[in-house]
Amino acid sequence: MSERMLTMAEAIREAMCIAFDERPEVFLLGEDVGIYGGAFGVSADMYHRYGAERVLDTPIAELGIVGAAVGAALSGMRPIVEIQFSDFTAQAMDQIANQAAKIHFMLGGALHVPMVLRTPQGSGTGAAAQHSQNLEPWFASVPGLKVVVPSNPADAKGLLLSSIDDPNPVIFLEHKLLYKIPGREPVPEGSTRIPLGVSKVVREGKDLTIVATGIMVNKAWEVCEKLSAEGISITLIDPRTISPLDMQPVFESVDKTGRLLVVQEGPAHAGFINEVIAQMAGSASFGSLIAPIKRLAGMNIPIPYAPQLEKAAVPQIEDIEIAAREIVKNWR
Amino acid sequence: MSAQSLIMGHPMSSPAHARHALLYMWRIRKFEEAVEDLFGRGMMHGTMHLSIGQEASPTGMCMALTLQDQITSTHRGHGHCIAKGADLTRMIAELLGKEIGYCGGRGGSMHIADVETGNLGANGVVGGGIPIAAGAALASKMMKKGSVSVSFFGDGAMNEGAFHEAANLAAIWKLPMILFCENNKYGMSSSTEKAFAIDNLADRGKGYGIPAVNVDGNDVVDVYEQAKIAVERAKSGEGPTLIVAETYRWKGHSRSDKNLYRTKEEIEEWRERDPIPKFTSKIIEAGLMTKEQCDAIAQEATDAIIAAVNESVKAKPADPAGLLDAVFKKASA
Repeated sequence: MSERMLTMAEAIREAMCIAFDERPEVFLLGEDVGIYGGAFGVSADMYHRYGAERVLDTPIAELGIVGAAVGAALSGMRPIVEIQFSDFTAQAMDQIANQAAKIHFMLGGALHVPMVLRTPQGSGTGAAAQHSQNLEPWFASVPGLKVVVPSNPADAKGLLLSSIDDPNPVIFLEHKLLYKIPGREPVPEGSTRIPLGVSKVVREGKDLTIVATGIMVNKAWEVCEKLSAEGISITLIDPRTISPLDMQPVFESVDKTGRLLVVQEGPAHAGFINEVIAQMAGSASFGSLIAPIKRLAGMNIPIPYAPQLEKAAVPQIEDIEIAAREIVKNWR
Repeated sequence: MSAQSLIMGHPMSSPAHARHALLYMWRIRKFEEAVEDLFGRGMMHGTMHLSIGQEASPTGMCMALTLQDQITSTHRGHGHCIAKGADLTRMIAELLGKEIGYCGGRGGSMHIADVETGNLGANGVVGGGIPIAAGAALASKMMKKGSVSVSFFGDGAMNEGAFHEAANLAAIWKLPMILFCENNKYGMSSSTEKAFAIDNLADRGKGYGIPAVNVDGNDVVDVYEQAKIAVERAKSGEGPTLIVAETYRWKGHSRSDKNLYRTKEEIEEWRERDPIPKFTSKIIEAGLMTKEQCDAIAQEATDAIIAAVNESVKAKPADPAGLLDAVFKKASA
């Protein structure tokens, strides 16, 4: 067994290259994905490996790019679209939400859209309000889209390969702070897949269940490590795909711990994580709770610029630690 | 286009071509009249966007295409579907919300697609199909299929960002694509005079480096001739063409339209430029067909629509039971 520690950018690139090698109909298109190697260096040298036709630079025209990907997907190709920042998907929303998501259903199943839209999101780079959002609830609220939020390189690779295989449109949301850091686990070699719609129990404990998405999984991990030294053991669950959402491990865990903390970076109001709370509230496992459900999420504000303001806007490790400690200590 | 040129070796000078053009224009006309009638009698719900008066444009354009060539269509899309060869029963059945309809009752008038005839679908969003057609053309180029894709859209769509972005992509990538504008003078109530600061919509082509041509959208021969040229250009790798067809919708934008933005005289003027009698007299004058033969074609279209309505009315209504399973395509093993 290999023990390769890759960054998420490397793992995503590896998945794309595997798909390119396996399927001639896979291609990548987007702004500066070619010789520049992508704004975050994800496509890197793919342009030199696969040529300008399969690593297709586009003008700055998000609606046109996604529309072209939809049309190509309807006609036998399997495009991977890179939108430079998830914020810019706003420019392309007609093609994402009205076209790609609805074509299979609305046209009676005659056509389908095997397309992956990869895009970086999240705060922490000082890029301010129009380059830092977490927009997963936009996509998760549109039936017909699958939505993937990987938290580490190994998952990113396996989930991206499954997304490319999927005959439906998949929105693949990559937190930009994760691109350059290696994961805790090695990335398996070769063409390996992780199915969409299967939550991952990252670690198991008996006192508290934490459900976290994207980069918050990593922050929560730190808290789990620290509190375990104090004798508080925590189950950490990463849904990985938020559409479809696999709640079963959450129910099973809460049945054991009786306490639930949910964490996301995006704003609390109408955020994705509220769906986890709603499903918990309607489940038989609700009766297992011995504490009120605690929610940690971003403030209901645009992401601000100055570093101290930006940090204040989204949950930090310390916030998760305080919340976890309180819920365990206060509810016995 | 004079009657003479129809005789002088014109591409539409064969009786088979002329018959096809006339039959499909009548099919569209009779289909739209049937839809209006079914709405009027309360048998159809939702809304409808009729293309009566515009029949020559889709007919002429689609006659220049093969089954492998693809189209994207608009909210006013019944004519495009029919011209590309869609099954009339499955169309009517869709509008009546039946299981055998093209979309199993899930799409209705604005979302009919037909894979077998290369129809990637009508679209409820103005301009929505233009980038999709560019993508289909991109796939054709990448896969070396040799097919062309045509996006039908109205004058209103030319002010959407989707038009601009797709036109530019088609131009820079030299895509085998035709941007076919049916300029029927109004985007709902907004006239082209109000919505454009240019007189000729074809001028927009220049801005993208796309050759553009104006055609009489009510003259099926003129449309077909220019369509043929654009198709050849696309298939020989020279890139896209913008065709602007001047035409007019006789009916309102949709059911709610009270025609407050245009005059009765204007509508009357365009009714006199009806594309069907115009073509009929041409082919009779040219000796391609007799009046009796032309009348028989109109009757054939009427009979086909009546049969489609009768079959659809009897068909099983769409069943809500399968809705949740219809959202995603299942992965093939």
